[in-house]
Parts: sequence; structure tokens; C-alpha cells
Amino acid sequence: MPTLDQTLDEILKLAAEHFKVPRTGLSPDDDFFKKLGINSLQALELLTRLESHFRIELPDYELQGVSDFRTLAERVQSRL
Amino acid sequence: MNSFQGKHISWTCADAVVELALHRKPLNELGAETLVEMEQFIEVLATAGDRASALVIHSTLKEGFCAGADLRELYSRIQQAKKSEWLAGERAFLERTHRVLNAIDTSPLTTIAAVQGVCFGGGFELALACDLIIADKTARFCFPELRLGLIPGFGGIPRLKRDLGNAVVRDILLTGRSINAAKAQTVGLVSQVAGEGEALRLARVTAAQIGKFDRSASAAAKRFIKPIPHEELQREMDIFCELLQSRVVQQALRKFVESTDALPYLP
Repeated sequence: MPTLDQTLDEILKLAAEHFKVPRTGLSPDDDFFKKLGINSLQALELLTRLESHFRIELPDYELQGVSDFRTLAERVQSRL
Repeated sequence: MNSFQGKHISWTCADAVVELALHRKPLNELGAETLVEMEQFIEVLATAGDRASALVIHSTLKEGFCAGADLRELYSRIQQAKKSEWLAGERAFLERTHRVLNAIDTSPLTTIAAVQGVCFGGGFELALACDLIIADKTARFCFPELRLGLIPGFGGIPRLKRDLGNAVVRDILLTGRSINAAKAQTVGLVSQVAGEGEALRLARVTAAQIGKFDRSASAAAKRFIKPIPHEELQREMDIFCELLQSRVVQQALRKFVESTDALPYLP
């Protein structure tokens, strides 16, 4: 099973790829809504990518209050 | 009429397949104007059985199939009239929408919803009225109504119960969470999952296959296998109208209208 840091790194790569931004521009503690300039609809797209990539189900309500990549990685990690 | 280009929907009939395209920005929200055009469409659909075998419903918007009822319009209607007037108006709107979805549900044509992206609320209910749902891997299905203090009002609960086990229905309805295409296929909601952007192509291939069969036999098989839950559809409307009157709903709708986010009730 991957470590939390590995999961976090995967998420940053996926987010960069999906929203076509440089990976180097994203940091674990960034607010992904503000950093990526995305809304709830685009956040759902990212959720779908993450579910597919990690082969998990991540109910959207579990993302209540989550806006940084590090906490998002913790939520994903808890489902691995 | 073999084609129609409306403000919010369009349709064509060619090679024994009727295609209904939804194209109201931003996310095909189902409001009064769309309903009028859908009512025109079902008049045409009623006579299509002699020249078509299948109906494919799809969205031309990349963001999704349909985000559901136009809540901004609903809030506006509620604000502009006395309660007795708007309540009667909403009941009438529901009943007209039910007539449209029932017409699709009972059409002798085999009906396919080709879904990408958001398929929420009334959009999910439109897809559920179809015989098959073919989704691409971006699709997400959701009944968010409880987040607003409501339940689905366009027949979603009876139709979801018709298709899925009760535990799955409870999960989707009572948590208000969205499920992805893979999960939707696993539970039996989605018949095929396509690559991103490929749902419509796959729906057309499936429609062509359906076109090979005798139309009378297909229509007879569909009538046999697909009961219409008339009593539950009426009861759902009753419950929706009761809940619509609550303060919780009014507040939730106001919050929705005041937000600039695409899906402000998430997560």
C-alpha cells in the first residue's frame, strides 16, 4: 500500500494533469479551489479522476470542509 | 416532423433512430421553456413508432447531461406569488413534467440515455425514464434533493426503486451523494460505461443493434418487463409538494440562488 506522501504526490500530479497546470506550481497545503481556480463542478471532475485512479469510492460529503491537497490525500488514504 | 431546432432542445429522426439533444447552458437545467419544448417533443414521439425503433437522449454540453430542475426559476416563482398560487403552479409543473417522463418511459421505442458528466436530480430522473443508460467515465449520478430539504419530484424514487435494490436506493437518496459511472454499472443502473466523450457513439451503435429487431416484438417485451409505478409517482408528487412549503426549503433555495457556484449544495 502506498504511503500518505506517495498518495499526496499522485494527487498533485493528477490535479496538475487534469487542470493543465505545472505540477511544480502545486503544493500540499494549497487551497485547490483557489489555486486551480475551480468550482464545485470541476472539483467533482477531480473526484471522479481520483476514484478511478485509486480504485476507491470517496463520497463527496467526506470532502466537506476539505480544500487543501494534504487533507484530500488523507481522505483518499483512509480508503486504500 | 423529422427534425426540430429549439431554444433548449433539438431532435432529429434518421435511420430509424430519434435523437433528442439537450443544449441549454449552463447544465440543461429543466425550467418552464424546456418543459414546453419537451411537451412538443413527446407529441412527435407518440407518432414515431412507425418510423423509428430507438430514441437516444443526450446532451451537447461537455459539462454534463443535466443538473436537474431550474432551482433559480423555482425560487423566483415562489417569491412572486401567494402561497396558494405558487403551490398550485408547482403541482401543475410537476404533473406536466411527469407526463413528459411517462411518455418517454412508456414509448414503444427503446430509449437510451447517453450520459456524460453531471446527471443530477431531474436529469437523473430523465435518464431513469429511459430503458438503458450508457454513461461515459466522467458521469456522476446524484439525487441531491435532501440537501435542499426536498425529495425528488419528477419520479426519481419510484423509478430508482424499479431498477435497483432498496439498500442502494437508500444510500443514494438518504446520503445525497453522487456515484460515478463504474459504481453505477456495478449496482445495475448503467448498462455500459464508455471512454470519455464516447457515450453518444456507443448509444448510437446500440440503437442500430436495436433497429434490427421487429418493432412490435421489442415494444411487447418492453411493456412486459417495465411496469410503470403510477401510484408511487403520484405519492412522490404529494410528498414533494408538502415539503416544498417548509421554511427549510425556502432557505435552502435562497442560499442556492445567492451562490455563484455551479453546484452550491455540494458537498
